[in-house]
Order: sequence, then C-alpha cells, then structure tokens
Amino acid sequence: MFAAENGLKGDPRLQAISDAIRVVPHFPKQGIMFQDITTLLLDHKAFQHTIDIFVDRYRDMDISVIAGVEARGFMFGPSIALAIGAKFVPLRKPKKLPGEVIAEAYELEYGTDCLEMLVGAIPPGERVIVIDDLVATGGTLSAAIRLLERVGAEVVECACVVGLREVKGQRRLNGKPLYILVEPREIDGCC
Amino acid sequence: MMQRALIFSCSNPIYSQFSTTTAPPDYAVFPKRDGGWISPSSSHQLPVYRLRDYRRTFPPLLNSAIDSVANQPKMASQDEQDPRISKISSAIRVIPNFPKPGIMFQDITTLLLDTKAFRDTIDLFVERYRGKDISVVAGIEARGFIFGPPIALAIGAKFVPMRKPNKLPGEVISEEYSLEYGTDKMEMHVGAVQAGERALIIDDLIATGGTLCAAIRLLERVGVHVVECACVIELPELKGRERLGDKPLFVLVSST
Repeated sequence: MFAAENGLKGDPRLQAISDAIRVVPHFPKQGIMFQDITTLLLDHKAFQHTIDIFVDRYRDMDISVIAGVEARGFMFGPSIALAIGAKFVPLRKPKKLPGEVIAEAYELEYGTDCLEMLVGAIPPGERVIVIDDLVATGGTLSAAIRLLERVGAEVVECACVVGLREVKGQRRLNGKPLYILVEPREIDGCC
Repeated sequence: MMQRALIFSCSNPIYSQFSTTTAPPDYAVFPKRDGGWISPSSSHQLPVYRLRDYRRTFPPLLNSAIDSVANQPKMASQDEQDPRISKISSAIRVIPNFPKPGIMFQDITTLLLDTKAFRDTIDLFVERYRGKDISVVAGIEARGFIFGPPIALAIGAKFVPMRKPNKLPGEVISEEYSLEYGTDKMEMHVGAVQAGERALIIDDLIATGGTLCAAIRLLERVGVHVVECACVIELPELKGRERLGDKPLFVLVSST
C-alpha cells in the first residue's frame, strides 16, 4: 500500500521525497527508467522525512529487527533501527558475511541470485521489518521474507521508498503487507 | 586502557598470534590482552568459532534509547577512553580464517545487533563532527553505508555513497586503487558534491588504507576538502594511518 493512501494523503513530505528522486533513463539497460535514490540522500531534509515517516509508522509496533537488503537497504535501515531501538540485520549478497549463514536463492530476469543472513542473528518469534529502496517485481523482497521465516522470525511488513508499477494495487507480497512511500517519477532528468 | 582484540585485515594474509593460556572472557571470542603468543604454524590448532554459540559469547542486548535527542550523551573526555568504547569493542566479533585461512576477520554485524553499542558508535562520531561545518559524509560500499547515513542525518550533512564500479547510474567519476592482487575501482556521482565543501569519509574498518585513499582522491579531484577519515576499527599494524598521509584519521577501536 502507498503511504498516501494510508494516512499520509497530502503530506508535503511525500512530495519532497518524490521530487528528490532522480530518474536515469536506460540504466542499467535500454528501456529501464532507473529510480535513483542517491539524490534523495543528498537532500538532507527529504532524507530526514523519509526516515521520519518509517520511524513514525514502526515506533509503536514492537519491532525488534530491521532487516536491510544490500546495498541500498543499508542506506535507510540503520537510521530507522536506531530511532526505534531495533537491531539492524544486513541481508547480503553471497560470500560477504563471515561465519555461518543461511541462503535463499531468487530469480532474476536472466539467472538467479542469492541473499544471505547470519545464522543466529534473529531469535525465533522476533518481529521484523524488511527494508529496501525500491520494489519492482518483489523477487528480492520475497527471498528476504522466506529467509527470515525460515529462522522463525515474524515479518510484519516490507517497507520501500519507491514502488514500481508491478506492485501498484498489490497490498501484500508473499502474504506480507507492503508499505511504499512514493510511486516512480515519470519525467527524465534531475530534480 | 583500550580494549584490544586479536584481529587482522581480511585483505591481508597476516597470520594471527593468540594466547592459549588465558581462558577467553565470556563476552569475547579470543582473549583481549597481550599474553603468551604462539604462532599458528605450530602444531596447535586454531580454535574454530561456531556461529551458533555467538549469543552466549556476548552480553544480552540492552534496551536502547529510542529518542536520540532526549538521550544525547555528553561529550566524551578527550583524555581517557570513553566508557562506551569497551562495549563497542566487545560487540565486534572475530571470525578466524575468513575470507581465507590465516585471516582473523573483524565482523561488525554483531555490533549492529547490540542496539546500545550501535547507538553509542554513532553518537561518538556525531559528537565529534556536529557543528564542524561538515556538509558531506561519504560512505564506502558497503559497510560504510551502514554507519554513514545516521551520522549524516544527525549532523545535517548529505550522504554520498562511494561505490564499486557500475552500480551508480548516470555520470560518475572513478578512481582506481591497488588490492593485494590486482586493482579495483571506486566511483562517485558527478555533481554529488561541490568544490569547497567539507567532507568526512566513513568506513567500518581501516586496514592498509588503500580504499580510503581512493575515496580521498575522488573527493579532492572535485575540489572537496576532506576534513577527516573516520572508522570504527583500525588495524594499526597495517599502517593505514601512515598511508593517509596528512589526512587525519579518527577511530573508535584500535586492534592488534
């Protein structure tokens, strides 16, 4: 569900966040209009709004873990975790995490990739929010949900800054609620 | 006295030496003080760290402060070690033989699971850099992305990710740097920073300093003044500090 439909209709912060996201056409390949959140990180106010909205939502939901998907989930997750008193758990590409890990494969357009998490990072029953910058097909987030559920964690919601067309109208992913701040920008060029 | 942990860079195959005569404290994987050293080339086996035991080797998680403003700690003393440092140090886990035999890997992911220690880590950097007219926090992929943004937000600065090749969309500038074998490249967005801005570079750890030097060069090429490099952990034997030359380095935990 989009934030604007869920209590934040008309909130000027959402417009500021949307305006701060840059569209880069034809990256990483022809036809893809890439939603670049790095410009959001350059806009201190808009970046703060982004974190504030997630913190306001999750502060009283008894969340003990924020799981962030490498690498752009790392840019948002820790600030939220710190503000709500939760742990931050990175979900990483293969072979980055030391020690014992569990892995979950997922489909790409061509081939597969894998997400890994530290074994023992999350005791069973803990309430988790998964965060990434953007959701497109939901493949990566679905793998994250499966990974967390395999260790007995309770995935309360998936949170993203941007949600693409494919998820519009979808309130759930793998049965889990999806919370998205903004839709993709249509126009080319920098904000 | 600073807490010391027996850790070496994952990018340099320096063999560890550790004491087998002292029982490890229950919050650490390996003994924290200099003791009798034996070389791993002897017949003695390196203890294998079992991840499933990690929760027993660390103190229970504390309920952490939620409102960072209300719970802002006072400025730490310059002369003696801040009491928060020892908790931060003991929250960092050492993994032997990762990514390859002989390397004692410094793992900050356990620090991120200790809400109070993670909060303290960020606070220590924020206390140092707030009010110093720093407008840019540059974080090195990927663990610099974990520490950089909370610091940037707290001090009112931009966060600029310094990334591996081909990750950043749009126009980038890149800087090549040496690895132990071969080279790698670091990229930054064109236009992310302006000439004359004052910047901080953050990463979880400094080993040889190669990555940090590449980041310094990237920022200086576009006229940014790099005020300081900041890391959670330093491995002083790898002389990264010297490699940074006249650039100051601030670290929380220094490990030998």
